[in-house]
Amino acid sequence: MNQPASAYFLEDRHDPNETHTLSVLVANEPGVLARVIGLFSGRGYNIESLTVSETEHQKHVSRITIVTTGTPMVIEQIKHQLDRMIPVYRVVDMTTAGRAIERELAMVKVRGTGDPRVESLRLAEAFRARVIDASTESFVFEITGNTAKIDQFIDLMKPLGLVEVSRTGVAAISRGPEGM
Amino acid sequence: MSDKKVNEQNQMSGAAMVVRALKDHGVKHIFGYPGGAVLPIYDEIFQQSDVEHILVRHEQGAGHAAEGYARSTGLPGVVLVTSGPGATNMVTPLTDALMDSIPLVCITGQVPTHLIGNDAFQECDTVGITRPCTKHNWLVRDVEDLPRVLHEAFYVATTGRPGPVVVDIPKDVQFALGQYQPPRKSDVHVSYAPRVKGDALQIRKAVSLLAGAKRPVIYTGGGVINSGREGAKLLRELVQATGFPITSTLMGLGAYPASGPNWLGMLGMHGTYEANMAMHGCDVMLCIGARFDDRITGRTDAFSPGSKKIHIDIDPSSINKNIRVDIPIIGDAANVMGDLLQVFKAEAKKPDIKPWWNQIAQWKARNSLAYKQSNEVILPQHAIQMLFEMTRGKDTYITTEVGQHQMWAAQFYGFEEPHRWMTSGGLGTMGYGLPAALGVQVAHPDSLVIDIAGDASVQMTMQEISTAVQFELPIKIFILNNQYMGMVRQWQQLLHGNRLSHSYSEALPDFVKLADAYGAHGIQATKPSDLEGAIKEMIQVKKPVLFDCRVAALENCFPMIPSGKAHNEMLLPAEATDEATAKAFAGGKALV
Repeated sequence: MNQPASAYFLEDRHDPNETHTLSVLVANEPGVLARVIGLFSGRGYNIESLTVSETEHQKHVSRITIVTTGTPMVIEQIKHQLDRMIPVYRVVDMTTAGRAIERELAMVKVRGTGDPRVESLRLAEAFRARVIDASTESFVFEITGNTAKIDQFIDLMKPLGLVEVSRTGVAAISRGPEGM
Repeated sequence: MSDKKVNEQNQMSGAAMVVRALKDHGVKHIFGYPGGAVLPIYDEIFQQSDVEHILVRHEQGAGHAAEGYARSTGLPGVVLVTSGPGATNMVTPLTDALMDSIPLVCITGQVPTHLIGNDAFQECDTVGITRPCTKHNWLVRDVEDLPRVLHEAFYVATTGRPGPVVVDIPKDVQFALGQYQPPRKSDVHVSYAPRVKGDALQIRKAVSLLAGAKRPVIYTGGGVINSGREGAKLLRELVQATGFPITSTLMGLGAYPASGPNWLGMLGMHGTYEANMAMHGCDVMLCIGARFDDRITGRTDAFSPGSKKIHIDIDPSSINKNIRVDIPIIGDAANVMGDLLQVFKAEAKKPDIKPWWNQIAQWKARNSLAYKQSNEVILPQHAIQMLFEMTRGKDTYITTEVGQHQMWAAQFYGFEEPHRWMTSGGLGTMGYGLPAALGVQVAHPDSLVIDIAGDASVQMTMQEISTAVQFELPIKIFILNNQYMGMVRQWQQLLHGNRLSHSYSEALPDFVKLADAYGAHGIQATKPSDLEGAIKEMIQVKKPVLFDCRVAALENCFPMIPSGKAHNEMLLPAEATDEATAKAFAGGKALV
């Protein structure tokens, strides 16, 4: 009840945060990505991951996949705020729609010789990562999977000589015959 | 005419397309300021007479004038400014228009395409800067896209939840020749389809809730004004049909007449006691075209705790943003009210809410707008009451600046019709009222247009008096001069230990001499007995007037919901003793 001197009501919000994956179909016009990102920074929403690429060249349609966190009320706001932007065709919450598949691709560079090198290769096989570049003292692995699997793989590579990681961010699509 | 001939006639420069599109969209007036990057468009304006250009003194003035124009007519306001500083000076009015949902079309010049990104003279990233303060914006790199973008700009600005748009046109595109296309239905952006009609099932649910209400209240906002004359008409019918009490936000004043029997006055931080208590104690709340803004709700966790809430709004993002509602209805206020009314009349009857009205009468009897009259000094509330009495029944439009005077105007000036009240609600832009009055006067040359101003606010855009003189716009600037930024001082008194940090305006200009210097008419009133004659003079003078109304310097604006408090914890003027005030403002050690 006691709040500092302020012209605003300072509210403590205690609702738990949720993580949601949103697929956003947008007209591929200049500045559209800046609009979406600006909305998130301007209104104080989180971006955990963001992936964007043109998906229908003829129709100039791009698909943006955003992983975000917030209270249920904030997540609902984010969807409405995205939906009312002029170049946005559709916003689908892949998390509430359920049955969505999420994938990320990562390229992981590991440097080492001897046992650690052999171990990294063995683990890569277990994770179905492919070797896409090799030298006598390094590998670059390509791995796809959900975020947790990639996090786990990277963690395992750390003591084996992890040099750097490049990740695409999450792409998501719904299961079954229906499109979005 | 043959197609070929039409094509030849429609072959024109980008600059000519701009003026042609303005004509095709029925634009009669634009507000602007020339500069290097818009000279081709100014050259086109020079060679025609269908679109009249009002030359302001600062681009911000053009923006607010266009806002006043838009709000008093329901038509889009149009602004033309140059690149760089011309565009950045428009940022405030664009943001203001976005917050208050005002349709503006702002055309900005840009440096030639090949110089974009080179830090050219008067270059700025206009679309980047205005992206968060417009509903949408465009940079047009190809003259062939220009007609489509211009038409789309008007469409986006005026449909759905209205708002400002920017079309940024590089100078080479203004010179380039292209084929003009008149507006067509197919110009509509495929991904933009605002919803107008409300869901029938939701409307039915709302009606059954309304029909069973014991303690209902209707709470309306700017959305009713934005839905056009029809919106206000249907609202009045709805109030009549249901017999419910009605209150409104600052933005919605005039949709229901202040003299109407069901009117509770404005609600919110400086709203009436009865309006806020009704909001707090109601069992059914019907919110139409308002957005549960923080000046309205007070503390959100204690906001109207016992009510079922129906929310009609055209913007889905307004639903459940601040307050959870039970029955959201997405659609245009007028359209939904029309459907709602039809169902209500067919299936429900006026509920008996007599005990509720009795309760409201008790709250009303507290007389929350009371103030202590004086024979020595002019009380600001009294000045506005006098102004209201003396302009009642006249064809009057009121604009305001931002601060105490704005709240007093909302409390004491009774608005009978929509589109008569222009004030910066969401953004709270000091300096809004004077240029807004210009825009209103341009649209209504024979009406009485008064800017109720404060001495601090009015100095922010004072230069536009020069515009008023040039275009013979007889706006009346009624300055409640207390020599303070009154609302800032009020908060400092209440919350910051009465340390009046930089809220006193030393070295105020002599407003009467200033009026003279501009070629306007200056009036000063210092005593209550001066007031009537001075206001009469102001109304009669056929020139722009600066009216320096010297008011009680330390008067504060009540009633008030202190910050962090709920609607039922209002501070009433009679109770605003030093002790009560200190207690009401938790954390504030201040005494008034």
